[in-house]
Amino acid sequence: MKRLRNNRNITGLLFVSPWIIGFLIFTAFPLLYSLFLSFQQVKITTDGIKTKFVKFGNYEYAFTVDGTFLDKVQTYLQEMVISVPIIIVFSLIIALLLNQKVKFRGVFRTIFFLPVIIASGPVIKELIDQGITTIPSIEQYAIYQSLNDNPEGFFNGILLYLIKNLIVILWYSGVQILIFLAALQKMDKQIFEAAKIDGASNWEFFWKITLPSLVPMIVVNLIYTIVTYSVFSLNPIIEHIQKNMFKVDTGYGYASALSWIYFLIIAAALAISVGAMTLKRKKNYT
Amino acid sequence: MQTKTQHLNKYYFKTKRMFLGMQGTDGLLFKLLIYGLLIGIGFVYLYPLLYMGVYSFKSLDDLLNPLVNWIPTQFYTGNYEQANKVMDFFSTLMETLYVTVLPALAQTAVAAVVGYGLARFDFKGKKIIFVLVLATFIIPPQVTLIPRYIFFNELNILGSLSAFLLPATFGQGLNSAIFILIFYQFFRAVPKALEEAAQLDGAGHFRIFFTIALPMALPAIIISFLFSFVWYWNETYLAAIYFGDALTTLPLQLQKFVATYQKMFPAEMGVSGGNQLNEGIKMAGTVLSILPLLIVYFITQRWFVEGVDRSGITGE
Repeated sequence: MKRLRNNRNITGLLFVSPWIIGFLIFTAFPLLYSLFLSFQQVKITTDGIKTKFVKFGNYEYAFTVDGTFLDKVQTYLQEMVISVPIIIVFSLIIALLLNQKVKFRGVFRTIFFLPVIIASGPVIKELIDQGITTIPSIEQYAIYQSLNDNPEGFFNGILLYLIKNLIVILWYSGVQILIFLAALQKMDKQIFEAAKIDGASNWEFFWKITLPSLVPMIVVNLIYTIVTYSVFSLNPIIEHIQKNMFKVDTGYGYASALSWIYFLIIAAALAISVGAMTLKRKKNYT
Repeated sequence: MQTKTQHLNKYYFKTKRMFLGMQGTDGLLFKLLIYGLLIGIGFVYLYPLLYMGVYSFKSLDDLLNPLVNWIPTQFYTGNYEQANKVMDFFSTLMETLYVTVLPALAQTAVAAVVGYGLARFDFKGKKIIFVLVLATFIIPPQVTLIPRYIFFNELNILGSLSAFLLPATFGQGLNSAIFILIFYQFFRAVPKALEEAAQLDGAGHFRIFFTIALPMALPAIIISFLFSFVWYWNETYLAAIYFGDALTTLPLQLQKFVATYQKMFPAEMGVSGGNQLNEGIKMAGTVLSILPLLIVYFITQRWFVEGVDRSGITGE
């Protein structure tokens, strides 16, 4: 019996082994190596790569000398704080709408999922350049003009950003809609019947039963949204890292440091948002 | 004053009843609201596509004419001829398929194997591996990019398909974690009975995997392949760095559309119109770069939209 178990043990490892090998070669080692590089000054010579230990030099450079990086991080964080909740709420609303008994549900689902298929960096960039991603003919409205006249204020800035990028923000919601929809369709219809008999309105039902049971899916979508939003190729920080990678005076070492800073920022954003969600969830149960 | 507030209250309760108080979702207003929202948002989603389509058929006269808005005066295909020349459409299309289909296949295959291993076997360290698989999803590609770049450079596979294919074959491709998760969930949901019967008949684990488990997993295979295909197709950041000038894809061609255009048709001084790049041509280029994906999507959309719940990606 023990041998049989041992046998299964080894077979299981064999099945997973391609991933383990790949992980070591293509992820774990590069991860450590780029951490190593981030503390070095890297020069590419004809004999290969020369590195010189500079302690936290690259990191200091990022926070003190390289002003554009911090600016970009700041706008990235601001835009993410605005966009991610919008994407989550919006995709939840769409999923709730599609979960009703509507005709042409398939057609609507096809439309709402379309952006996932075509949203590559160059296409979005082309669309933004053409100004198609704003709300159609928004310029004619007085509110836009008054916002545009003084874009300094905090809320004005947010509103302007929203107006200019609304379609792109909404375009990020394709996968999230499907995940919510799948979760909604799996919900037990009997709970709904029972709550209805007890006199709960649709409104109460949504807040007291539907939403709490969706919390795990909200967490999943939160992670998915933050990650895809952060690694999208139009992200200015990513462009900045790439630019520094091929610059002579900064090079691989500095670019590695930047990418590690960025990684830690993403990880912190994920930890904070997921932590907030799960804390709230625990409170609901007690 | 009294009557005014009463009036207001009455209206308030009336509207409230119409919107919220209605039990069930069969009220006319509720239906109108739902369809209104769906159609409105659907339009917002389709608007950029419509715009692209319309503008790509506009001749220069139509573009300059402020009266021509949504319907071009003539069916003008000149933009597509130009864009086709600039992007070298058919050979680029073939190259794009080459660098997307093969990694997608490799990634799907390895995700099936790994997902099966995680779902069906218990072994030491399985939990750790599972956590690591999920963790790879949140590591931004930029962090591993430079070491991989140096590594590929030493292997001399920069600018060749291997730069995409090799990580994909070992489960470290684009979003590999998601595909492993899809197969993991799928195999866990499938009853083991058939496999156990085959095992009693003396079939080995690998034979069982190939003859019983894999054919069952067809829905998961299709959905993984399609998603993988689309994501590799739309990947331009890594493609630009790994492939350099050696290989190109349609999105990459679109990225340098303006530069290529100006090289092919140098702007003649003082001569306006004629050869100048206009938004019609650019839109035609954009349409060309997404057209193959759109066709694939409309043929297979059933798999995309239904596959997500069928493959059980949302299961705990």
